[in-house]
Amino acid sequence: MSGLVEIRNLTKVYEKKRTALDGLNLVIPRGKIVGLLGPNGSGKTTLIKILNGLLVPTGGQVLINGLAPGAQTKARISYLPERTYFQNSMRVKELLEYFADFYEDFRMERAREMLLSLHINENDRIKTLSKGTREKVQLILVMSRDADLYVLDEPIAGVDPAARDYIIKTIIKNYNEKATVLLSTHLISDIENILDEVIFIREGRLLLQTTVEEIREVKGKSVDSYFREVFAC
Amino acid sequence: MAWNLDSDRPIYSQILERIQMQIAAGIYEPGEKIPSVRELAADAGVNPNTMQKALAELEHRNLVVTLRTSGRVVTEDLNMIRETKNQLAKEQIDDFLKRMKALGFEREDILIMLKKETGGESA
Repeated sequence: MSGLVEIRNLTKVYEKKRTALDGLNLVIPRGKIVGLLGPNGSGKTTLIKILNGLLVPTGGQVLINGLAPGAQTKARISYLPERTYFQNSMRVKELLEYFADFYEDFRMERAREMLLSLHINENDRIKTLSKGTREKVQLILVMSRDADLYVLDEPIAGVDPAARDYIIKTIIKNYNEKATVLLSTHLISDIENILDEVIFIREGRLLLQTTVEEIREVKGKSVDSYFREVFAC
Repeated sequence: MAWNLDSDRPIYSQILERIQMQIAAGIYEPGEKIPSVRELAADAGVNPNTMQKALAELEHRNLVVTLRTSGRVVTEDLNMIRETKNQLAKEQIDDFLKRMKALGFEREDILIMLKKETGGESA
């Protein structure tokens, strides 16, 4: 079977000729949890934004389920951006309704159950929640969709270790088995145990795509130590 | 997370060893239902595909059986469990002996020390 995401010779050049993606080739399989790893400025967020149709590539091709990014692919991708985009004055309840209106695959019951287990009141306004709780709410919304592809940009950045564990468990428990989870992170050691595969990118190009078990077996190292070795400055 | 997995060894073999140990030690009792792949994976904080592979291997080794009605359960074959337990004990002993030899102890010394430490008579 072909990959869920197929990327061919993808380039993105920003204004002032800064190249973010430089002929990237990549196939992301179905049914896997995949880590997108690379140093700052390697092109991770640019790639994620192109997958979500938020940026238009300069050249090359991206196919998701055989389709170029657009309304049809957006309906099947659940995206957690690096920064929260919620309006602070909104109530949690309003956000739930918003998601239910917007996405056909949103499962209200699942979201409510998770919020309840965290004792989050649906009548609370976003601005009254702590940063960690806000991140959890956002993840709950994203993981309550039955998407084909979950794209999580730095899902555990900026939250305490207990909240990280919660987020990791929530990802494992909720992603649809046939779906793929693509997540970018700098906190590799916290997340590598849940990954099937890792993708290392550098300067907008693919450096390595392999499994976590392969790295451990062949190199006798964690992905985190291997990453440090490969990207040592 | 509570599973305390080493970061430089394959995850698959570590979770396999751990569940096997729990069955041998009776933490999972004969006939007891094993949580779903998802639940176990979430509890261990590991990839569900890796957990699935480990459980399939336990099934292959006949320590775990899949029932049509109740999902995966621990085998009720007590001989099988005892055999596994003995096998794990043997591995522990081999490991111990290897390390004692590396420290320069001979068989006789080791036996004397073991007796002493376990409260038996010293020679």
